[in-house]
Amino acid sequence: MITALVTIMVLAALAGLATVVTAGAPEEISLADRIDALLPQTQCRRCTFAGCRPYAEAIAQGAADINQCPPGGERTAKALARLMGVAPKPVGKEFGVVPDHPAVAFIEEEACIGCTKCIQACPVDAIVGASRHMHTVIAADCTGCELCIPPCPVDCIIMRPAPTVAR
Amino acid sequence: MTASELLTGGLRLEAHKQRSTKAPIRIASLAERYVIPLDQHSGLSAVPLVKPSDRVRMWQPIAQPAPGISAWLHSPVSGEVVAIEPRPAPHRLGAPTLSIVIANDGRDERFENAAAIVSFEQISPTEACEHIGRAGIVGLGGAAFPTANKLESSLCENGPQLLLNGAECEPYISCDEMLMRERAEDIVFGGRALLHALCARNCTIAIEEDVPEAQAALLRAIEKAGDSRIRIKVVPAIYPAGGERQLIATVFGVEVPHDGLPADIGIVCQNVGTAAAIARWIRDGQPLVSRIVTVTGDGVTEAGNWEARIGTPFSSLIVDSGGYTERMARLIMGGSMMGIPLPHDDLPVVKATNCIIAASALDLQPRSAEMPCIRCGNCSQACPAFLLPQQLHWYLQPFDGDQLARHGLLDCIECGCCDYVCPSQIPLVERFREAKPLLTRELDARLTADAARARFIARNERLARLEAEHRAKLAAKRRPRNEPTS
Repeated sequence: MITALVTIMVLAALAGLATVVTAGAPEEISLADRIDALLPQTQCRRCTFAGCRPYAEAIAQGAADINQCPPGGERTAKALARLMGVAPKPVGKEFGVVPDHPAVAFIEEEACIGCTKCIQACPVDAIVGASRHMHTVIAADCTGCELCIPPCPVDCIIMRPAPTVAR
Repeated sequence: MTASELLTGGLRLEAHKQRSTKAPIRIASLAERYVIPLDQHSGLSAVPLVKPSDRVRMWQPIAQPAPGISAWLHSPVSGEVVAIEPRPAPHRLGAPTLSIVIANDGRDERFENAAAIVSFEQISPTEACEHIGRAGIVGLGGAAFPTANKLESSLCENGPQLLLNGAECEPYISCDEMLMRERAEDIVFGGRALLHALCARNCTIAIEEDVPEAQAALLRAIEKAGDSRIRIKVVPAIYPAGGERQLIATVFGVEVPHDGLPADIGIVCQNVGTAAAIARWIRDGQPLVSRIVTVTGDGVTEAGNWEARIGTPFSSLIVDSGGYTERMARLIMGGSMMGIPLPHDDLPVVKATNCIIAASALDLQPRSAEMPCIRCGNCSQACPAFLLPQQLHWYLQPFDGDQLARHGLLDCIECGCCDYVCPSQIPLVERFREAKPLLTRELDARLTADAARARFIARNERLARLEAEHRAKLAAKRRPRNEPTS
């Protein structure tokens, strides 16, 4: 009887100790980090913020709603609603249209004059080229944010359906 | 841990193979038209080498592999290419798939492929792999993965172990059993060729305990070949013991990592039918233009195994089998557990066609209405892939990608054991099959998003650094002018 009790107490103490040791310092994941993880990282600014991360921080501070991300569409809005514990709602029309199919930018190379304006606009460094040389979009790295389109002085950038990745 | 302990789950099912194994393998009658889908192997579609109205001879290459994972295609007959157009095919039921259609002239004029027959021991293993590739040989166990690609990725310096899969565990299918009974010498010949091509140390032929005639035939063939590297391993007749990963666990007592391949643990698994196809190519110069197809079920008059040329219409095999019976209800390609239902029989035999079941209501009882999951856990006990189907089902509605990935949805082998034991008749595998591409897409999207986030952060840091450097430079320029006044 006594042995059993002692054994159990020792085991319990060891288990407690083990929990404390393995737990260690808890790694802080902020609310903004968790929101950012749900965003599509298009960096398109349609949410009115300067990128996905700033939008995430705004939601975390209560300065933005969960329905401001057209590229993420219904799924992102739902996931955000679940995380924030609010009722889901469709993406606000004022932020843009939810695309049916992901698209990427494409530079019509014969028209490109090599002005580098699109390179400066690209938030994810997905355009290569140099001054007075032809530019091109790395399709695999393009998020389809369309930020390169307005600065182009010769309107040689068009949106095309994103290439499907072969598996 | 012993081998049998590692094979958890699975079911002992009634084999339903007696009807189709009574008669020997017969040669299917020739058809007028042969339809050869270009995408009948896994990987990329083959590229046609012929055009409509070209004359082709039997065994002539008609399509070459695309760069990457792909395979050669050969003409099963001599005749004329009448069209290259989308045609319905049993492996892509969604939409017609681009196929080469050949009108048979009935003469079987052979294309002389002088380079086909080689003395195998005299060429290097790398050349041997390439040589096998030129025959258009793909895995005949059902997945139709190009064999040359599999061999290339399995070449290793210290020599893998070769496993020939003769464990035909799925009910109704008996093409491998009949092959082992009648053409055991081909299998042993092919096994020896594979041993050479892979620099493999030894070859194990796995065979189920309930096929004594096939075991005896293989033992005789091994004895005749006098090759001490080849041995037989009898495995329990449990479905799905013949699944690649399950068979490796049963035979070698090791588990293939869930995110790895058998080659990662030094094992290469090939179907016995693939080995026999390799033998025919090396010995007789015959590329993969035919395969053995089981036609069975209560819905055909006479069940049996047929050597059918690739592209033969299913309807022609049904006629060979004496036609449908009155009880015919559903047509299925594959076995009763993993087979796919077919809408009609105007479909060509492809390299992956191992079995056609003309099922009556006796063979496959129609599923009754689905009821809610009662969380009995039968499915997780039956699952041979160590998964928890009830949990996967739970996370499907609403779709929870994180939990589905964590619970190994992508490791589901779609064997159907969970469906079979589910008392609530939930079509679990169907749901999992639909969910897998969704999950893959979500995980891909997450990887792309992570990469975009990393580049966004890197760019912002770079811009901030350039800005700071610029300001520092400006400040340094201003300072000399300011100094005298201060």
